[in-house]
Amino acid sequence: MSDVRKLTYGGAFNEAVRQAMEADENVFCAGEDIGAFGGVFGTFLGLQAKFGANRVVDTPISEQAIVGLGIGAAVTGLRPIVDLMFMDFICVAFDQIVNQAAKLKYMFGGEATMPLTITTGGGGGLSAAAQHSQSLEAILCHIPGLKVVYPSNPYDMKGLMTACIRENNPTVMVKHKRLLGMSAHVPEDNYEIPLGKANIMRAGTDVTVVAYGRMANETLAAAEKLATDGIECEVIDPRTLQPLDTDSITESARKTHKVLVVHEAVKFGGLGAEIASQIHELAFDYLDAPVARIGAPFSPVPFSPALEQHYLPDAASIEAGIRNLVQRS
Amino acid sequence: MDLSPPVQFDLHRRMVRIRVFEEAAGRLAEANKLPGFLHLYVGEEAVAAGVCGALNDDDHITSTHRGHGHLVAKGGDFNRMMAELMGKSTGMCKGKGGSMHISDLSLGMLGANGIVGAGSPIAVGAAFANKYRGRGQVAVAFFGDGATNIGAFHEAANMACALNLPIVFACENNEYGEFTPRSATMAITDIVDRAAGYGMPGVIIDGMDVVAVHEATLEAVARARAGDGPSLIEAKTYRFYNHHGIQNLGLKYRPDEEVAKWRERDPIFTFEDRMIENGTMTRERVDEIWAGLRNEIEVAIKFAEESPLPTPDQILVDVYTSMTGAAK
Ligand SMILES: Cc1ncc(C[n+]2csc(CCOP(=O)(O)OP(=O)(O)O)c2C)c(N)n1
Ligand SMILES: [Mg+2]
Repeated sequence: MSDVRKLTYGGAFNEAVRQAMEADENVFCAGEDIGAFGGVFGTFLGLQAKFGANRVVDTPISEQAIVGLGIGAAVTGLRPIVDLMFMDFICVAFDQIVNQAAKLKYMFGGEATMPLTITTGGGGGLSAAAQHSQSLEAILCHIPGLKVVYPSNPYDMKGLMTACIRENNPTVMVKHKRLLGMSAHVPEDNYEIPLGKANIMRAGTDVTVVAYGRMANETLAAAEKLATDGIECEVIDPRTLQPLDTDSITESARKTHKVLVVHEAVKFGGLGAEIASQIHELAFDYLDAPVARIGAPFSPVPFSPALEQHYLPDAASIEAGIRNLVQRS
Repeated sequence: MDLSPPVQFDLHRRMVRIRVFEEAAGRLAEANKLPGFLHLYVGEEAVAAGVCGALNDDDHITSTHRGHGHLVAKGGDFNRMMAELMGKSTGMCKGKGGSMHISDLSLGMLGANGIVGAGSPIAVGAAFANKYRGRGQVAVAFFGDGATNIGAFHEAANMACALNLPIVFACENNEYGEFTPRSATMAITDIVDRAAGYGMPGVIIDGMDVVAVHEATLEAVARARAGDGPSLIEAKTYRFYNHHGIQNLGLKYRPDEEVAKWRERDPIFTFEDRMIENGTMTRERVDEIWAGLRNEIEVAIKFAEESPLPTPDQILVDVYTSMTGAAK
């Protein structure tokens, strides 16, 4: 029976948090509107009723202090989950994230541990405009000391969120806002998906496509379509962006000889640039074509759906990108 | 009421313009004709109208996520505002900003803002420039009660006072930040208590009374123009609708009775009653004003609906002043 139990992406997040809080009384949550209201995306629903206002804390609108609260509590022995509603708001808390959370352990000669999870809603596609739609994960991946996780489906969400909470380093868990309602089988029992381990979502021989978050699902849709034309894509979801599972990606590149990286963040300076570079460094001799990239154009996220729909990659543009790449020899 | 009838008419008109715009936006959202988030200003009209009615056209304001009311009060054009809400190329921001970034620099409206608290430091900058150039303009920062919990507000307030800038901090205290009551997120009841910490005068006013808002603003603006520095005005007010969207009753974080209680003090209707009572206005004239503005908004909706969508080639336009050398 439990094999067929389904949960949404948001529900899987909620269950991971609930089980972690049941298992470890040092785990607590803090963030805006997450207590009585259950979070603006509903991902914290029911937790304050279950664990009390002491463990599920409604904070003021104070992103710097929210992350600072997490840092100070983590370094003194608790295991905080702090929520920054929209990924765009990490910018408000950037000092605490980048100069404090990421570096304390190192600066203190290894003495500090920072079991801190920062959760946030990323991604576009909701006409939420330039300050509520960004994909800023590459910026975070650039900071030594941080780990960055970006699940593409409910099963991964639960296992990765569990791993984040148990992790003894500061971790940013990005929830894609448009995946919150995605439903799939999620085991009730607690389980962990190790950070830094990619998922081969689909095996294939003709081309490797690396994609994460919502784009992993768009890529799968494109791959199924291409399969009817005899093009077999291997789809790899890194799941954790920092540390990145370079081994799995390069191994696949050696097999298929062609790689495309897809993300909805702007292409310039995005994760795709790093992944392409790594493949070029490690598997250049196996490639039949330069690693290709799909990402958003170099502009803020536009409001109008008429613009945003062209701004974000989707199954159709990914399919076109793959067709382009496989034609090369 | 010491205000002259023309001033009263002006304040009234600003408020009705906001209400008519917002109710139309709400109806369009209900019909799924507006993409994205919609934060309605209904209930708080007296604040934007009372404040902006005390400003000159070349004075500046910064706004919030709940920004339509501020722009309308500063004279915003219905057609281009409605077109922006629909994401059309004829919109205020050519469809790139939408509700949360609606702005009109030609009216000194430096933008609605998606980041809570972010407007106040920008208002400080405008006030600095105004003082620097010595043209006597002032800047007003609009912000909510919740926004006073964020660092940006405190840095802005302190800097404005330290530099003795011509600025007015106008707080719309509607007792909630999103879905959480103010009492859960601050240990004080009155935002005005914060003013003393920075060395500026602060007053609490009835934010449902446009005259009170206006008079307090006139005083604060006069102080700013005279070179006597910043002030803070705390307007006690209420949003009649949900944080975003168009639901007004049955919300789990606030009781319907509370909404009803505040609605009895509707800033527009109570002002109309007062004006009619003291003979400044007639019911017929009131009806005419509403009808005229409702007509205008219908024209604006039509304009917006018939306006073209922006074309994909516009995505990369206006990222920089010049496209040369920009990444694709
Ligand atoms: C930095 C930041 N944090 C959180 C949010 C999400 N958010 C949008 S509006 C809002 C509440 C703002 O409350 P208040 O300042 O009182 O304004 P009101 O909505 O009541 O007008 C919050 C938390 C945001 N937009 N920006
Ligand atoms: Mg408020």
